[in-house]
Amino acid sequence: MKPAPFSYHAPSTLDAMLALLAEGGEDGKVIAGGQSLVPMMNFRLARPARLFDLNGVAELDFLRAEGGWLRIGALARHAAFHRPPCGGPTGALLAEVVRHIAHYPIRQRGTFAGSIAHADPASEWCLVAATLGAEIVARSRAGERRIGAGDFFLASLSTALRPDELIVEVRLPILDAGWRTGFCEFSRRVGDFGIAMTAVALRVESGVVREARIGVGGVEDHPARQPAAEQALVGQPVAARAFAAAADAVAGAVRPMEDLHADAAYRRHLARTTTRRALEQACAGSGS
Amino acid sequence: MADGPTRYIGMPHKRLEDRTLLTGGGRFAADLSAPGQLHMRVVRSPVAFGRLRSVDVREARRLPGVVAVWTFADVERIPPIQIRLTKIGGLEPYQQTVLARDYVRYVGDPVAAVFAEDPYVAEDAAELVFPEIEELPACISATEPPREFMPETLPGVSSEAACVTKAYGDLDAAFAAAHEVVELEVAVGRHTGVPLETRGALAEFDPAKGTLTMRGAAKVPHYNRGQVARMLDMPDEMVHLIQGHVGGGFGVRGELYPEDVLVCHAALRLKRPVKWVEDRQEHLMAANHSRDQSYRLRAAVDARGFILGLQAEVFSDQGGYVRTHGVTVPDLSAAMLPGPYLVPAYRADVHVRLTNKTPAGTYRAPGRYESTFARERLLDAIAHALGRDPVEVRRVNLIPRDRMPFDRGVDTLGTRVVYDSGDYALLLDKLLAYLDYDRLKQALAARRAAGEHVGFGLGYFVEKSGLGPADKAVISIDAEGMVEVVTGAASIGQGIETAMAQICAEVLEVPIERIRVVHGRTDRIDYGMGAFASRVTVMTGCAVKAAAEALLEKLAGAQVGTPASAEGWFRADHMTYPYGIHAAVVRVDPGTCAVHVERFVVAYDIGRAVNPMLVEGQIVGGAVQGIGGALFEEFVYDANGQPLVTTFGDYLMPTLAEVPPVEALVTEDAPATQNPLGVKGAGEAGINGAGAAIAAAVDDALGRPGAVTRLPVTPIRLHRLLGERD
Ligand SMILES: Cc1cc2nc3c(=O)[nH]c(=O)nc-3n(C[C@H](O)[C@H](O)[C@H](O)COP(=O)(O)OP(=O)(O)OC[C@H]3O[C@@H](n4cnc5c(N)ncnc54)[C@H](O)[C@@H]3O)c2cc1C
Repeated sequence: MKPAPFSYHAPSTLDAMLALLAEGGEDGKVIAGGQSLVPMMNFRLARPARLFDLNGVAELDFLRAEGGWLRIGALARHAAFHRPPCGGPTGALLAEVVRHIAHYPIRQRGTFAGSIAHADPASEWCLVAATLGAEIVARSRAGERRIGAGDFFLASLSTALRPDELIVEVRLPILDAGWRTGFCEFSRRVGDFGIAMTAVALRVESGVVREARIGVGGVEDHPARQPAAEQALVGQPVAARAFAAAADAVAGAVRPMEDLHADAAYRRHLARTTTRRALEQACAGSGS
Repeated sequence: MADGPTRYIGMPHKRLEDRTLLTGGGRFAADLSAPGQLHMRVVRSPVAFGRLRSVDVREARRLPGVVAVWTFADVERIPPIQIRLTKIGGLEPYQQTVLARDYVRYVGDPVAAVFAEDPYVAEDAAELVFPEIEELPACISATEPPREFMPETLPGVSSEAACVTKAYGDLDAAFAAAHEVVELEVAVGRHTGVPLETRGALAEFDPAKGTLTMRGAAKVPHYNRGQVARMLDMPDEMVHLIQGHVGGGFGVRGELYPEDVLVCHAALRLKRPVKWVEDRQEHLMAANHSRDQSYRLRAAVDARGFILGLQAEVFSDQGGYVRTHGVTVPDLSAAMLPGPYLVPAYRADVHVRLTNKTPAGTYRAPGRYESTFARERLLDAIAHALGRDPVEVRRVNLIPRDRMPFDRGVDTLGTRVVYDSGDYALLLDKLLAYLDYDRLKQALAARRAAGEHVGFGLGYFVEKSGLGPADKAVISIDAEGMVEVVTGAASIGQGIETAMAQICAEVLEVPIERIRVVHGRTDRIDYGMGAFASRVTVMTGCAVKAAAEALLEKLAGAQVGTPASAEGWFRADHMTYPYGIHAAVVRVDPGTCAVHVERFVVAYDIGRAVNPMLVEGQIVGGAVQGIGGALFEEFVYDANGQPLVTTFGDYLMPTLAEVPPVEALVTEDAPATQNPLGVKGAGEAGINGAGAAIAAAVDDALGRPGAVTRLPVTPIRLHRLLGERD
């Protein structure tokens, strides 16, 4: 469990990092928190010939609310979300979700942007990004692109990012007080990758759902919004019946992965449960 | 002395070991280094079963920093690893050579060993070793009919290595008289003890003295010393095995494995110290697995649920080779299956079958975790078949106190099983009172009526402990009054230094702070049995008592400050049998198919506790592992024999978040009658009945008696059981 040989580079500016990426080609890899990459290197599943350490690029270490967006710099760690990083439902959702990511020491190292780049199907941050409609800001020597989350995640561990591009920032919309958010995940043990999870954001007016964002993670090869379930909910009063219908719509729509811990039928069942519970949580105490 | 006030035995003394460990002073195998050391990396078979045609090591040898690469040809003079326990005839063909000879028999089977200047280079080189293996269809089930084990090189040798049979009484008469016959088929999945410290060793040859020393030993250093000496053709006295701190044993760590012998052999041949530390992935495919047994039970019962006769056919999945434990697990399964019940007629046939999985050995409560699960499932099935309360059915069957000592009618581990003492009904009463059983049942019924899926279950068991034949201790006192206790025991983290010091302090009447306990060193004492089978407190403890008493005798009348030394022995022909009950309350979440353990209680009669806090610690740790085997931990293989669980991402041991506080109800109602301290072992109390209790509680929570037939009860299995309903 020792990595294959590699050379190590630690640039201290973004420009220097982008230059390394431009010449690094396919054998170069960025290391951020290292919480996914290092295990893969130790198992020799990843064998980058050159490693570009992001941790010295201080200009990417930021996390702030600005112009209706939460701007998450590439070096913002998971642990920075233990307290809501912004007000309102977005901040509340992030602070709830982060507790489900791995364990405390891992959250001190792992980064939000690293999770997005890694694109594990069961990544909570990828699910939040897909559900809320994040913008991924990718930069290379050739310039900057902004990629919507809906176009970013392609499959398990596969994204629209090009090898010479760095995620410099991820932007999440800051929802106003008319929204409610909820999250539910099932994992075998506390801290394990989830087998199924649902994040929801609902805009509710006078007890009726006006807008709905429902995202499911861990079930298919990448997290995605669930249009059928969202449609089933919009225009409905906030009530158990509507939640059950939305949960059924999720169960009907997903094409679940299979692995050691869950076959398709069980994952489908879980997706129904996590969806119903995320909706219940979003609307708990809403008085309807 | 004997009637003086008890100051040490029975006191919850804090562990003497802990200051060093808690302040980061521990020295585990990976902490050890020697100047000029080489690092070993083992190249393992990537396929489960195949004919090993050749191993190409040319490229690996050329890598700078590589000193040697060995295949079977380099070690062919080293005999295979012998069986330490329950050696029955005919097992020789199934023993493992230190590197694979002509077949590979599981994924992880060592085919080559690389020795290099640093561990990174060793791993780089290991990737350049290319075994040529002609893959054959793997066998991954012990219930399939046996086949040829290694058809080309051992024609006619069956994959059924042995069939262990234990029987007594008139079974035919029992079935003829039966009011009802209850049948059952259940299985315990493959899991094992997983110490947080992986295996590791550092071997060094001292050319001046001619001695070979291996550090990183555990569990049975004296026995392993003899084996290493024999295999490498050296006199015993020229080989030393030394134990440092050990990060958990559980039956798995400290057995003699191929890697230990390779490290020692390399130190001799390459004339440099050789270090080996396995990684976790290797550990999960190469260290002993355990459990993996299927039981087919038939019981003849009368109208009250009294078992007139019990017939069992058991299939034990041994994996690729028979290792040091021989048929210990099957033997104990058959001997301990009847448990605390009278069962006047009995027969068990345990088929020990080789498959293409990691070889199996003992794991904490070997053969009992499994057989208790099967037996207690049977008791629940009998209760259900007769419409009787499960607790009452157990009561009807328990061996009454006035039948003690009770000859079980079978042998195990070379001794007759005679339960020395016990009041089984009393412990049951105490547990039910502790639980406020009737109220608990009502409360659970009320919650079920309100829509929750909650349930209660229990499992009764008899443990065994204090395996002989003998143990020795040497105690010396110096002019300053400092006392040294040298034992042949081994510490695997269980607190033996503290317990031995307590016994010594009690007899000598010296403060415990003045006592130092030595263990796990073959260079300090010539005899030692090590630590396994919950034997140390009983056997070594009584030897320490004897040595302390001998020392007192020597010192009688001598001047204060006279240095002296004395040795003591304790011998035992029979084991001593503690017993206990596990009780669980669980909640099933039908939305996720997860089982939440709300309460876990272990009632256990220890005979006499040297240190109640350590006993409780043993119980709590064991219970957590037991819950792991019941709900989380399992080595799964695909149809080709590929292991699907080789990391901690998939091998799920419960954490603090998954287990409730374990409640220990320790009683001292039945002291051991065969040893002067009255003590019985504690090591396996916490784990034995956990699978049984949780299975019963899950049944109860679902309102479906007999639903659980297999451990672990994973969510995916529960989902299939429940059908897809919310
Ligand atoms: C035991 C354990 C449990 C875990 N459980 C969970 C869990 O429950 N949920 C979860 O979501 N994650 C979990 N993780 C993963 C963890 O959250 C990682 O931190 C995260 O996936 C990756 O972030 P990182 O900063 O560590 O990235 P790294 O490991 O450094 O990199 C991961 C990948 O992303 C690339 N990368 C990183 N940053 C950038 C960037 N700015 N631009 C472009 N590419 C980049 C790297 O090149 C690499 O390919 C777990 C990890 C461990 C070890």
